[in-house]
Amino acid sequence: MVLIVLAMIIALSIQAMPSLRQFGFSFLTSREWDPANRQFGALPFIYGTVASSLIALFISVPLSLGVAVFLVEQAPSVIARPVTFLVELLAAIPSVVYGLWGIFVLAPFLREHVEPALARWLGSPLFRGPITGIGLFTGGVILAIMITPIISAVVRDVLAAVPNTQREAALALGATKWETTLVVLVNGTPGIAGAVILGLGRAVGETMAVTMVIGNRPEISSSLFHPSYTLASVIANEFTEATVDIYLSSLIELGLILFLVTFVVNAVARVLVWRVTRRTAGAGAAA
Amino acid sequence: MTTFTLACTIAALGALALILSYIASRGIKALSLHFLVETPQPVGEGGGIGNAIVGSAVLLGLACVAGIPLGIGAGVYLSEVGRGWFASVLRFLIDTLTGIPSIVTGVFVYVVIVLRMKHFSAYAGGLALAFIMIPIVARTTEEMIKLVPHSLREGALALGAPQWRVTLGVVVPAASSGIATGAMLAISRISGETAPLLFTAFGSRFFPRGLNEPIASLTVQIYNYAISPYDEWHAQAWAATLVLMTLILTINIAVRFFTRQKF
Repeated sequence: MVLIVLAMIIALSIQAMPSLRQFGFSFLTSREWDPANRQFGALPFIYGTVASSLIALFISVPLSLGVAVFLVEQAPSVIARPVTFLVELLAAIPSVVYGLWGIFVLAPFLREHVEPALARWLGSPLFRGPITGIGLFTGGVILAIMITPIISAVVRDVLAAVPNTQREAALALGATKWETTLVVLVNGTPGIAGAVILGLGRAVGETMAVTMVIGNRPEISSSLFHPSYTLASVIANEFTEATVDIYLSSLIELGLILFLVTFVVNAVARVLVWRVTRRTAGAGAAA
Repeated sequence: MTTFTLACTIAALGALALILSYIASRGIKALSLHFLVETPQPVGEGGGIGNAIVGSAVLLGLACVAGIPLGIGAGVYLSEVGRGWFASVLRFLIDTLTGIPSIVTGVFVYVVIVLRMKHFSAYAGGLALAFIMIPIVARTTEEMIKLVPHSLREGALALGAPQWRVTLGVVVPAASSGIATGAMLAISRISGETAPLLFTAFGSRFFPRGLNEPIASLTVQIYNYAISPYDEWHAQAWAATLVLMTLILTINIAVRFFTRQKF
């Protein structure tokens, strides 16, 4: 395992060398992606990745918290068990299937109903420009559906790990059910943060579904309706087309960036989740 | 409060219901026996996904051959042998590897295998899937082995069995059904992977003739058809998706059923 990780970093770095050497640090800051003229800059993809992931988190975090709280704190186990299974089934649906559904069902729906409403009520600068249904916003929505089961599963574990004494103490002090839930949530904050970051890691690396609905244009626009491009989807789309060495090398460097970013994001998330679940596991052993 | 959480839950379930119902209703239209056994044809001439089904099976088989033994090995090491900082680092890396985007795995295998061999192949695709499988199998194996009661190990050791026989002869068999469950879940996960196959297995319009050449897969076929401009191919993409989802849902529900009986 250690070898695999090291081999990945080394192999990707070697192949990315030509582009690392030619563009240096400006690779990260240049917004020029022009294979015909052999100009390569990663900024549009970094922007697209960050923006689509943030949209996804914006929608998914409250949703996942709601689901997790419902399943752990409120629902009787007769309901909670099958519902838990069904929500986790969302995670079993392959990315490419989300993409297919996104193209033919979600994108037309957003184009007809949601995006015009957003443009009317919220307007510029975030929600303006031609409404096509294909773009950053749709990419974010599909990602939100995809990461909801992941975030809610981890949050559920974290909430379940909060000791019952906390709930009893809060109730005994006269807290309402809702205040008690708040106490439980505050107690699990680091773990919930970990869950959110874990979801972020997943959103950043998600490829197929996003590729199919985000529009794939390396441009930076403040409008969320505008087509965009992510690190993962440019690799998926252009890898087999890259005939020139420097083109391929630039794409591999994008892969290296994606690898390092997701590695760090996941590492941080794991540490946060571990701290919460291990603490309570230790407490359980002591009791 | 309860209204909000309930609404969230219903939204999540609603998304699932919407996706599954669309797949079922649109997929069933283009589904036929011919579709399941024929190779893809140009637009207007029908065609099917026979080669993609075979290709996916071959790729999954290759991935299992490489991934399951390695994953189980790593899991057994973590739970029975590994102690101290090295095991902790290993566990942490495995956890983190599960979160590495599958497209990065694809790029890695491309760089290491495809660039060397100078052509796409089923081997490369299978290997890419195996890399995704290993951490999943390793972690579930570890968890399952931890559930084996200590008295079992102590009993075997008391009878004078050496550590390796205790591990391989007593502990692993006791956890075998759990390990199998983990392997099934890993198979379900990789059977839906597309990104790592795009530039390793690549795709093909014919039945596979050997493992050393490009090979078709259900997921890549779905992707190619979905982004094509033809209605007929869109319909075929839905039908292929129905086939894929049937496989994945069957595995997931079966696993759920078996684990419920056990615990």
